[in-house]
Amino acid sequence: MSNEADHHLGFWRKYVFSTDHKVIGIQYTITSLVFLLFGFSLLMLMRWQLAYPGREIPILGKFLSESIAPGGVMLPEFYNSLGAMHGTIMVFLGVVPLGVGGFGNYFMPLQIGAPDMAFPKLNMLSYWVYAVGGLIMMTGFFVPGGAANSGWTAYPPLADIATLGQTVWLIGMVFLITSSLFGSVNFIVTIVHLRARGLTMFRLPFFVWAQFVTAFLLLLAMPPLEAAGILQLLDRVAGTSFFMPEGLVISGVHQVGAGGGSPILWQHLFWFLGHPEVYVLLLPAMGIVAEVIPANTRKPLFGYKSIVYSVLFLGFMSFIVWAHHMFLTGMGTTMSTFFATTTMIISLPSVVILTALALSLYKGAIRLTVPMLFALAFLPMLGIGGLTGLPLGLPASDIYLHDTYYVIGHFHYVVAPGIVFGLFAGIYHWYPKVTGRKMNETLGRIHFVLSFVFMNMVFMPMFFQGMAGVSRRLYDQTVYTHGSAVQDLTVLSSWGAWCLGLAQIPFILNFFLSIWKGKAVDANPWQATTLEWAAPSPPPHGNFVTQPVVHRGPYEYSVPDRSDDFFPQHALAES
Amino acid sequence: MSVRRLSWRTIVVLVGSVGSTWLSTSAFGQGAGADEAAVTIDGEYGYGLPPDVSVHGHEIDRLINVLHLFGFITLVGWTAFMGFCLVRYRQRPGRGATYKPRIKPVHIYFVVFIAVFELILDIGFSNPVLATAKQKLPTEKDRPIHVRVMAEQFAWNFRYAGPDGRFGRVGPQHVDQVMNPFGVDPDDPNGEDDIVSGELHAAVGRPVLCQLSSKDVIHSFSIPVMRVKQDVIPGMRIPMWFEAASPGTYEIACAQLCGNNHYTMKALLVIHDSEQAYEEWLASKAASELDDEEFDEDEFED
Amino acid sequence: MSADVLPYTVKPHPITGLYSGKFGMWLFLASEVMLFGAFFSSYILLKFSAPSEGAAAWPTHDERHLSWVVAGANTLVLIISSVTMVMAWLSLKGNNLAKGRLFLGVTAALASLFLAFKIFLEYIPHWHEGYTTSHSVFFGLYYTMTGLHGLHVIGGILVMVYFIGPGSKLWRSDPEYYTNRIECTGLYWHFVDLVWIVLFPTLYLMN
Repeated sequence: MSNEADHHLGFWRKYVFSTDHKVIGIQYTITSLVFLLFGFSLLMLMRWQLAYPGREIPILGKFLSESIAPGGVMLPEFYNSLGAMHGTIMVFLGVVPLGVGGFGNYFMPLQIGAPDMAFPKLNMLSYWVYAVGGLIMMTGFFVPGGAANSGWTAYPPLADIATLGQTVWLIGMVFLITSSLFGSVNFIVTIVHLRARGLTMFRLPFFVWAQFVTAFLLLLAMPPLEAAGILQLLDRVAGTSFFMPEGLVISGVHQVGAGGGSPILWQHLFWFLGHPEVYVLLLPAMGIVAEVIPANTRKPLFGYKSIVYSVLFLGFMSFIVWAHHMFLTGMGTTMSTFFATTTMIISLPSVVILTALALSLYKGAIRLTVPMLFALAFLPMLGIGGLTGLPLGLPASDIYLHDTYYVIGHFHYVVAPGIVFGLFAGIYHWYPKVTGRKMNETLGRIHFVLSFVFMNMVFMPMFFQGMAGVSRRLYDQTVYTHGSAVQDLTVLSSWGAWCLGLAQIPFILNFFLSIWKGKAVDANPWQATTLEWAAPSPPPHGNFVTQPVVHRGPYEYSVPDRSDDFFPQHALAES
Repeated sequence: MSVRRLSWRTIVVLVGSVGSTWLSTSAFGQGAGADEAAVTIDGEYGYGLPPDVSVHGHEIDRLINVLHLFGFITLVGWTAFMGFCLVRYRQRPGRGATYKPRIKPVHIYFVVFIAVFELILDIGFSNPVLATAKQKLPTEKDRPIHVRVMAEQFAWNFRYAGPDGRFGRVGPQHVDQVMNPFGVDPDDPNGEDDIVSGELHAAVGRPVLCQLSSKDVIHSFSIPVMRVKQDVIPGMRIPMWFEAASPGTYEIACAQLCGNNHYTMKALLVIHDSEQAYEEWLASKAASELDDEEFDEDEFED
Repeated sequence: MSADVLPYTVKPHPITGLYSGKFGMWLFLASEVMLFGAFFSSYILLKFSAPSEGAAAWPTHDERHLSWVVAGANTLVLIISSVTMVMAWLSLKGNNLAKGRLFLGVTAALASLFLAFKIFLEYIPHWHEGYTTSHSVFFGLYYTMTGLHGLHVIGGILVMVYFIGPGSKLWRSDPEYYTNRIECTGLYWHFVDLVWIVLFPTLYLMN
């Protein structure tokens, strides 16, 4: 398929402004990994203030400007900036671009046997809009007043009256939303139109299904946030008051203006995106785990069809649960009950998927490879995240737990040891496809064990802090008696975070050294069945040497009466 | 700006009692120790739920405990199953995987069990508690203590109706940060005897009915020991109620990020052991307001 | 380039019955529906949560001082432009590039006329009369929603100008591909038209 002309592309067209989905996928992966590391560093800084409030930050404190950390002690406004930017970077610049932009871009076309995405130029545009959006976000740190400091949820009126950083944040968000819009259109068209011959929808690997649903969520849930962002931007720069009610008295000054806006409107628009966004984060990781588990248990995924129906149902339901983030905004009990009920319903497909993934282990021949370790850890970690979601989804227990550390613990269990472990599994699993070399097993195992221990050390204490009633986003929780009582947990959690940072060193070393030193492997090192393994490693421009034709489902492992324990989708049946 | 307002308060406080809360409002992050020296917060605090001193809080505690018990059992069972599979079905030479093994439909039972369990929790446990908290507001028959709560960056203000039992009209144009934080209309006779306090006082045996409103941004009125929490949203007046079961001094927190000094937005909740003691406090508060004093000495003797 | 070898860029896919570009355009429009839907939802929510009296009350129809005459004329302009857009596509289908470009040009001109009416007969006078974005929530939304719609119109004009000018080179190599692109532009344009047809009564006519 590869065209002669492609070999004559210059450096810029080949590696920077490339339209090849694989190059774009790598660009997304590298950029988002850098952002993940950066977002994580912000967190490590915050954890110092939390653990040792009012003490000078060691080493780094001397380098911070006087306006944000006089004498090396961070100011509350800087702490709030770090909090808001940590959330934004991790969600919008880290995990989503890695799961969708990175893995989705690189492996979805390969898994469906396509030569490229349906709109290669749009794909390139999507990456560059994302990159520019990310840069704009970063400039927030350098404007007067620092980066956005009203939380990643940017609730007005606080965000309306916040410093300039919030405006920068909003402009950055508009770029990121536009980028994901381009991406999602591209993904859906590619999945529907460019599947290889014989690859019916029910022969798609689950990863592709996950990307398909994710793309729909992005397509339909992001625009309301864009609308909200535009409205907030105008509130800030054009003197409107969409989110400002009448008669505000801010810092003692009566705001004589039109007023008439509604702070709740923002929350509706934000969470209308916010909840589908959770599944945008989760589904790609779930898809990766669903690829890694069959390949390493050497047997088909349990209940493939029920998983697919579950994920479709999940995608649909995620649009009607948003107000469970808003139980305390004074909504009526009827509304609360409705959203609590939809929340209970949406937990069921997740239960189905997790159960099916766990049951896939039964009577397998389990290989504990590094990606498998991460995929296995994903299951109980996401389980903890899900189970602790129950008390938050029920309005009565949410009254007590809302806006406490319990919430932080809950969604971090979903995102950090859950989703991020899934993404790590993906990196270890697909690294040989991208580079032709395997990552080092020993370093990988060290990385896994340390990450697993320290992840739990960071987030488990948060449940106890939350139960003790400590509010989230507190610069110094020892102000409260119930906060001082659990301050030792905060210290434990902080040390966990710093050790978790150190635990990523083996990964970073492994990631770069394996490019040159890793064990060279053939096109299908895991002896897996899906189409990406039919292409050479790394795949050339146009992906496949001969266009594959698909004859069977995605996970035909250990088929009885065959000599091999795997039966690739494109392989001809033995006569 | 907020800094200016805080220093105003600092001056007022310094005149009254020797710097008891000075550190908490002016020096970042040093507040806790100084505050606790002045006020003793009642109850034992630790890793679990804080003490429950409310009449209805045990229902929420029960729900939380049931959920965690259920979660713990599920997780242990889940992990045990995974552990079993990992040990029993590790890849060994000469033994492959079973292609689509036949299994009993335990997974279906499991999902159905979860669904039924969640339904029971939702309808049987959560809804009644929610109805108590949100809908069964105390009526006049219950003789509630009516309190208007005004949140602002970064303080809570409480207003009692005074002897006439009527609250004065408020308007944002009348707000004076120190003298009139609620913006009570000076021309409204109902407002003349209104009592404004920086602490919430109540008595055992009488429900407290708060009407929450905010001057500037969204706050969240949280009293962990009463198991109540309610967002305070500018432009809205939201009712919230609780009833204390035992006397003592407790903390009120802001649970929603409301600005730089969000963490300092704390107030005290004082529950008197008898109605009489509460009335005495109210009377002394009213008397001190009539004396046209900005601060009240009693406030710092708790 | 790989784009050349991708299937269904020109021919319709057997299952969806659409070529990729058209499918993508429909998806894009779905997300646009959500975008404008969010604004309309905000409009409704803000309108019904507004106080019944005082400075922040929702302006009645008469208080808005929005003339339905200019807006009505603009509606007519947009409807005609939708027709000429279809004519452009039909001409290309009939293998007549010159006529197709002419109709595209007319469409772009009508779109510019719409903008000119909007800016010179509505925005500028309103602004000078004191009906600025900070006048009230209603006027804030009026400027936001019509402004966003205006941006869509500008986008449409740019696309049309591109296809009249440099973009038309595609006609020589692949006329069907070019025609498809105009069809997609048309879909977009009809959507922009449709948004206005909902905006017009919401802002100008309804009480």
